Amino acid sequence: MVKPDLVSHLVSGLRVAAIRLPSDVARALAQAQAREDTPRAQSELATMLAAVDVACAGSVPLCQDTGIPTFFVEAGERSPHLSLLREAIPAAVGRATREVPLRPNSVDPFSGRNPGDNSGRGLPPIDWQLVPGDDVRIHLRLKGGGSDNVSALCMLPPNAGLAAVKDAVLDHVVASAGNPCPPTIVAVGIGGGSALCLRLAERTLWRAVGERHPDARAAALEEELLALVNETGLGPMGLGGRTTALDVHVEYAFRHPASLPVGILLQCWAARRATVRVDRRGKVEVV
Amino acid sequence: MTDEEARSLRVGDVLYISGLLFTARDAAHRLFADRLAKGEELPFAPVPDVVYHCGPLAVRDGAGWRVLSAGPTSSTRLDPYAPALISPLGLHLLIGKGGMGERTEATLRECGAAYAHSTGGAGALAARAITEVEGVFWLEELGMPEAVWLLRVRRFGPLLVAIDSAGGNLYREVAQQVETQRRAITERIG
Repeated sequence: MVKPDLVSHLVSGLRVAAIRLPSDVARALAQAQAREDTPRAQSELATMLAAVDVACAGSVPLCQDTGIPTFFVEAGERSPHLSLLREAIPAAVGRATREVPLRPNSVDPFSGRNPGDNSGRGLPPIDWQLVPGDDVRIHLRLKGGGSDNVSALCMLPPNAGLAAVKDAVLDHVVASAGNPCPPTIVAVGIGGGSALCLRLAERTLWRAVGERHPDARAAALEEELLALVNETGLGPMGLGGRTTALDVHVEYAFRHPASLPVGILLQCWAARRATVRVDRRGKVEVV
Repeated sequence: MTDEEARSLRVGDVLYISGLLFTARDAAHRLFADRLAKGEELPFAPVPDVVYHCGPLAVRDGAGWRVLSAGPTSSTRLDPYAPALISPLGLHLLIGKGGMGERTEATLRECGAAYAHSTGGAGALAARAITEVEGVFWLEELGMPEAVWLLRVRRFGPLLVAIDSAGGNLYREVAQQVETQRRAITERIG
């Protein structure tokens, strides 16, 4: 069995995420550009796509706000490599900050000091989930502060039903205007409680554009919300147009009888993500 | 740019600018406001007439710096602080994304200045227009994103004038259109 060089691969994953927009997102932006019928909307999308090319060609971060590197680990409960993870992940963030580089984005909320290396109490945020099997999948994402600032938690009355969920999502997208850098990917978590619904939404941030929920009812909601969000006409960068969202992803859990919790996250167009997989034998790859 | 040029900018104009600008985000706006209020010295003079709401990603390059990526940050956070800076610093153009509030808009009108939108997330492209980092201030105290960066740019753009000194406001126009669309959708969902 090979001892996996996990830190190096995680650094590679962070580098890939920072520099290269996933192909499903780039494709969706190009399709949006073709659908837009005003010069202003087309120009915004053209600028985005030009930046994607420049970033790739120059191996430089696409967006200057590389966010707080955030992780979601699907840890196979029979993996022999679990004990490496807790130290490898923060070590990779420190190295990637220096080498990619990532912007130093961690600040002590009491003193305002920025240590310069993305370290700090509670960081990096890691959502740990045990799953069957012996593979470990480490999902990472870089998401800017502007889009995080327009996250929402709506505790709806349960009698209001799905219509209220749709209203909440639409109202929130409209109120957020251009701040999350539309066209966004709208992540919606329903049920589970206040903390879980936001976590459910967060986990959808690693889905691909065009991926539908396996439950037909949730899939129908995703498609309906996408159409409705795009009907608002908010458009690229909130300057008007036909594409306000590239996709909508829903996840749900059962809910308390008295609550209908809805968590809404807006992923900016520069949806930077990657996954690092460690198999049973210790082979590591950025997938 | 001259006062006349700034006052003549209109919503919809697309600009490419060359010259010296400075970046300022939340912490720097507060520091500038404090210094001005107390009559204390600013860290550099003269102050360029263009401010860019941006926290660049930069690397050391010999004795200096090179900016790798420099797209805009959301300007609305800066709305409470911007009005106090525009006239004392002689600002002609504010560059950011997402727009600013009524107080800043009123100040732009009074002072003959404008606000221009730069495409968010397109940091790698924006950085290509930066030819020189002429200085960085408050780096130790504020950290890289919040420090004030003095940048020489050549053909920085496209910048879309979105709020002008004649009452034009692209965000208000879009908001009104979106409001109409939203109400139409509500009727169908219910």
